[in-house]
Amino acid sequence: MYTTELGKGDPRGAVPLSGEDPALLAAFEARVAADEFIEPKDWMPEAYRRTLVRQISQHAHSEIVGMLPEGNWITRAPSLRRKAVLLAKVQDEAGHGLYLYCAAETLGTGRDEMTEALLSGKAKYSTIFNYPTLTWADIGAIGWLVDGAAIMNQVPLQRTSYGPYARAMVKVCKEESFHQRQGYEIMMTLANGTPEQKAMAQDALNRWWWPSLMMFGPPDDNSPNSAQSFRWRIKRDSNDDLRQKFVDISVPQAEYLGLTVPDPDLAWNEDKGGYDFGAIDWEEFYAVVRGEGPLARERMKARRSAWDDGAWVREAADAYETKRRARLAA
Amino acid sequence: MSRDWPLWEVFIRSKGGLSHKHVGSVHAPDPELAVRHARDVYTRRLEGVSIWVARSSDIVASDPAQAGPLFEPAETKVYRHPTFYDIPDVVKHI
Amino acid sequence: MASAPALLREDQALIDYLLRLGDDSLILAQRLAEWCGMAPALETDLSLANIGLDLIGQATLFLNLAGEIEGAGRDGDKLAFHRDVLAFRNCLMVEQPNGDFAQTIARQFLFSTWQLAMFEGLTGSTEPRIAEIAAKAVKEVRYHAEIAAEWVIRLGDGTDQSRERMIEGFDWHWRFVDELFEGDALEQPLVDAGIAVDRAALRQGFDTTVNAVLREATLPLPEYPRGITGGRVGHHSEHLGHLLATMQSVPRTYPDAVW
Repeated sequence: MYTTELGKGDPRGAVPLSGEDPALLAAFEARVAADEFIEPKDWMPEAYRRTLVRQISQHAHSEIVGMLPEGNWITRAPSLRRKAVLLAKVQDEAGHGLYLYCAAETLGTGRDEMTEALLSGKAKYSTIFNYPTLTWADIGAIGWLVDGAAIMNQVPLQRTSYGPYARAMVKVCKEESFHQRQGYEIMMTLANGTPEQKAMAQDALNRWWWPSLMMFGPPDDNSPNSAQSFRWRIKRDSNDDLRQKFVDISVPQAEYLGLTVPDPDLAWNEDKGGYDFGAIDWEEFYAVVRGEGPLARERMKARRSAWDDGAWVREAADAYETKRRARLAA
Repeated sequence: MSRDWPLWEVFIRSKGGLSHKHVGSVHAPDPELAVRHARDVYTRRLEGVSIWVARSSDIVASDPAQAGPLFEPAETKVYRHPTFYDIPDVVKHI
Repeated sequence: MASAPALLREDQALIDYLLRLGDDSLILAQRLAEWCGMAPALETDLSLANIGLDLIGQATLFLNLAGEIEGAGRDGDKLAFHRDVLAFRNCLMVEQPNGDFAQTIARQFLFSTWQLAMFEGLTGSTEPRIAEIAAKAVKEVRYHAEIAAEWVIRLGDGTDQSRERMIEGFDWHWRFVDELFEGDALEQPLVDAGIAVDRAALRQGFDTTVNAVLREATLPLPEYPRGITGGRVGHHSEHLGHLLATMQSVPRTYPDAVW
């Protein structure tokens, strides 16, 4: 999962696995290995609980921050239908964030706590949303590539070990395929349109291709926590495997559009039955993870404003409810 | 830290269905907005649904299928949620 | 554009009426879209977006129908993205800036309460295509009006700060209420033919509803200033030009492109 490796060193040192009751731990591991679901009130090791809180909440943060680059274009969508579809898509993302926050809350954290963690920079969100949406074509590229990558991560998580997370993922996946289709359809319209539209589409592909590949996280040899995540069914495929699969699926899709993938080293490898592709700029990836992405400040400022500016509204609703209950009790 | 609203569990009976199904949760300050939020979040693609909401803290849960050391007895711990909110047990899916 | 036979005056009146209905929904949807990702809570973001989506649906139906009757090759998109300010027929209330959440809610409550009465009336329109659109929209708009009223009550009877903001939010919009109930020479023949609703007849019911909600919200009853009008004939506030500049920017920059 593309956010698991982000924010590795959690300073609130938890009970390490070695400190857990060996019998309970062994029984837990057996349940997970038998493909059973762990539910909120079931015994679980502290490390499992903390890993899940981090992964699920960061997944939720990604959905919410992900509303912003696309929300940037709702007021400029170039047709009534595109406007409605984009608004529906962004609404879905709010809903996904909501499902995921609620799943995380079953593990002992509150939504406001998670929000503060995001706004303070302690919690991460997917690197991809730190990039700007410059043209309408970006909306197509995001639906096609970013949602495409997200789908590849999310489909296997429908059978992740933690029940509430798995059920949230089932709901998310049902809605996600419409997102990718609408994005690719935009790309098709542009690629078959005027020369300016085609150039816009190519430019968007040029800017979104590499960040999309980075969505799958660091290379496998730089992902030390993976073994445990695999065993606990929190992670189902390796970063590199998913990335390879994504490239193999997306290159023919780009070719169908008549667009060029911005990778001079891209080449079909007959022996492995897949594409060889160029080196990813991991410096850029880690800079973005550190919070230095092109639009990191804008994204956090927007979320901070929404939260802070909305405080008086939330408080007003609470105050009304308090008064209402007092009136009922009187 | 600015507070968020309390948590509510949402149950939906879709058109033609026979019983309400637990679909997830929403945050809301009071019962009326809880129903509105549930409708906005969980029925965006459906019409004619019946919605029930209940404060998560009001739900009492019991799971006789689970017993023994793998199941945390209710009395040792208010549900895993932080004490800032009174939100304990989530109803198990049937 | 294909040249069409000159339109009958009745058809032109009907087209303008449809533009009034469609532009109201379109412009308000555009304003609500500005809240995306910025609302006080995730659930509220969804509520506002839901309303916006419903309104885009209404706008699409009304504007497409207007274009169809006009028969000059303009569809809803052509009308939405290629008319300038003077050709828009929305009321002034919907083009107002969002302001804070209270100002947005004030606008939503007043507009949806009025729109609900309009659409309830229009379900009986002798123009079946309008009646059909209204029948579908009535259920949605009832929801918009109810949730907006619930927010007025919570903000009015919440904290001192929310109450002040709610009063200010309404103060911004009172001057635009009269326009909602103003008929004119264009609409009168349509009203007489049973196609359009008599706007003035809706005022009393509106006042009753608004006053009841304000009372429950512990807010002062409105003191309506002199109503500002002009939207129905294309004489808008300064806000619409900026709104359209944003909304129409892409199709206007690439006029030959299909999106």
